[in-house]
Amino acid sequence: MKLAIERAVLLKALAHAQSVVERRNTIPILSNIRLEAADDGTLRLTATDMDLEAVESVSADIEAAGATTAPAHVLYDICRKLPEGSTATLDATGDAGRLSIACGRIHFRLPCLPPEDFPAMSGGDFSHGFALPASELRRLIDKTGFAISTEETRYYLNGVYVHGADADGAPVLRAVATDGHRLARVDSERPDGAGDMPGVIVPRKTVGELRKLVDEIDGAVRVELSDAKIRFAFDTVVLTSKLIDGTFPDYERVIPRDNDKTLEMETAGFVQAVDRMAAISTDKSRSIKLAIEPGRLVLSANSPDSASGEEELPVDYAGPAIEIGFNSRYVLEMARNFDGEKIRFQMADAVSPTIVNDTSDDRTLYVLMPMRV
Amino acid sequence: MAAVTTLCRDCGRRPPPDAEACPACGSRRIVRHEELHDLSIAHLDCDAFYAAIEKRDRPELRDRPVIVGGRHRGVVAACCYIARTYGVRSAMPMFKALELCPGAVVIGPDMRKYGEVGARVRGMMQALTPLVEPLSIDEAFMDLTGTEALHRGSPATTLAALARRVEDELAIAVSIGLSHNKFLAKIASDLDKPRGFAAIGRGEARAFLSDKPVSLLWGVGKAMRRRLARDGVTLIGELARIDEAELVARYGRIGRRLALSSRGEDDRRVDPEGETKSVSSETTLDTDIADRGRLRSILWRLAETVARRMKKAGVAGGGVTLKLKTADFRIVTRSRRLKSATQSAEEMFRAAEPLLERETDGRAFRLIGIGAHDLVESGRIAQGDLFGGAGPSASRVDKALDAVREKFGDAAVVKGRGFGVGIEGQGPSKAE
Repeated sequence: MKLAIERAVLLKALAHAQSVVERRNTIPILSNIRLEAADDGTLRLTATDMDLEAVESVSADIEAAGATTAPAHVLYDICRKLPEGSTATLDATGDAGRLSIACGRIHFRLPCLPPEDFPAMSGGDFSHGFALPASELRRLIDKTGFAISTEETRYYLNGVYVHGADADGAPVLRAVATDGHRLARVDSERPDGAGDMPGVIVPRKTVGELRKLVDEIDGAVRVELSDAKIRFAFDTVVLTSKLIDGTFPDYERVIPRDNDKTLEMETAGFVQAVDRMAAISTDKSRSIKLAIEPGRLVLSANSPDSASGEEELPVDYAGPAIEIGFNSRYVLEMARNFDGEKIRFQMADAVSPTIVNDTSDDRTLYVLMPMRV
Repeated sequence: MAAVTTLCRDCGRRPPPDAEACPACGSRRIVRHEELHDLSIAHLDCDAFYAAIEKRDRPELRDRPVIVGGRHRGVVAACCYIARTYGVRSAMPMFKALELCPGAVVIGPDMRKYGEVGARVRGMMQALTPLVEPLSIDEAFMDLTGTEALHRGSPATTLAALARRVEDELAIAVSIGLSHNKFLAKIASDLDKPRGFAAIGRGEARAFLSDKPVSLLWGVGKAMRRRLARDGVTLIGELARIDEAELVARYGRIGRRLALSSRGEDDRRVDPEGETKSVSSETTLDTDIADRGRLRSILWRLAETVARRMKKAGVAGGGVTLKLKTADFRIVTRSRRLKSATQSAEEMFRAAEPLLERETDGRAFRLIGIGAHDLVESGRIAQGDLFGGAGPSASRVDKALDAVREKFGDAAVVKGRGFGVGIEGQGPSKAE
């Protein structure tokens, strides 16, 4: 393999690939990225952690087709530090077992491992496929991703549950994430081809990588899936991921139906106030208290070393006075993604799950578990 | 230098400093120290506690080496001072102890009996001051500050009388360390063992500590000792010469504690609440086990024990630790923090299981244990869970199991994964 490639093009592709590669690996070749030059003028870069595989194709000046694998993070670091606007020559034809990188008077040689040993993620058969606008994909991830559990013991919550559902009779593609303390449920118009798709749990890392990759994409993302794998294709990138093999809990069961105490207020003012109170709510629980009475909300927080603060906000509320506590971080992570002007809390009492909405967005629903305060 | 003050441990009088024997009672057990009657923080430690009780109850063993612990395998829970002359130490594997001292009489532990005696010692301590902080069944800190008028004598005098009372009424011996803080009191109680009485005063603390190894300090375990050694520090005196700010910069928060204790300072109070820091249960296996499935079953039973103890104590664990001892006596501990504190055996087991999974690579283990740490009061588990912990059904099952066991005993009902595994039959199980 021998080729010349613009540093900027290589850098962008490597940046994508190296974030898939784990920093620590017990299998040495998993620290490497697979480079494959084809005669048609494309260089394919493949990175994998065995659960998630990213393949990116970029154009390059191919002198000799062929393949090799080299340490991903080192290669990325080198590329990052090459002069801007330069072109690099990658050559694996000479020195056996080494990849030479040349750029003007700069010369690196990196140890390689045989490309045949690089684990390939079999594409397999995908039973379902559909196209989703990149903007919708971003919305689904942004409004659910923060609620994904990191608790390994409940591995089946370590991802976003994507499935088909009915929202008031309309078919929707639904994304749900929960860590047991909060739950996010977001609907999107169900695209053709997603009709009878199985419910799948897309792992946290895949969700994160995908979100980075679709950040600047305009068009549609092609999604293909089976009950074991999911693939996202867009632009020059193909991301293939295993799915979490588990059963997502029956989340509808924990969404309360009869919460009768409704509180509405301006989102921006509320978020700022919660953020201010969070400044002193530094203990592990990060709790803030909402004391609500008709027309008035007093937000307050206490710290274990006896700092305290409160702030009063005008609100729409007509129910009986109630005091309820929440984890300020959960409130902020949720409400920061609200686009509308107003936020609505529907409560039953101080200990039962509370429903939260962005009043301008009826396709999104959150459930927050209160804290004892 | 202050004048030397004295105390006769047998009659409580203060003989002249140069007297070889107490003129009043003839005893030679005279404590001499400059600050003896000005110190009021004490550490009391029973001497060879389990072994001493067994010897008391079986006088024919008085002159023989006695070891309390698991007969077949397991470890030395306690050994008498005769056994110690052979090199036997507590926590030593039994077979090693018996190699050193083949003639030893090995007695299986009777925890109920020891518990009763321990409670009586504690009762005698609490009669002197409410500020008694138990560290374990047989040792505790006491703060006797301000009790001079009440007990008509200095704390030293009161403590000497306490030691006599324990000997008279319970026929076991204790050692007492007296100082002005907990750290030094605990060191002092070890200086003159058994039947000891030693004091470390303010004036001598630094000089006393300077040539002692850093491992004597609170918070310095194997890892910290190695770290300090790498930085050229092996003695407490060397540590005391380093600036506190420098220690904090080098070692983080523990740096302050190191700086304080290297100078013999300790600002911890004697706290009768004596915070429980962890709840754990472990067992030494009858034979070494490498099989993952069998270890899992045992782990489950241990998790159930810990869960039950936590519920009884009204605490919940924020983290879980798996402990294993390999056949060649290497101790492996692996911990994991939980997102929210739990009392559930199921949740602890689920957290510990992957840790066990990683360690069971064919090695055989002779001990397995599980513990919960970062305890919080269960009433203060602040955040509820939408799915009720490990699922609402699981915790209801847990509650039902606990209720049945409370009524009919531990073996009455067993979850499938623990079936056929008797922990009780695995030799002495040590739990704290």
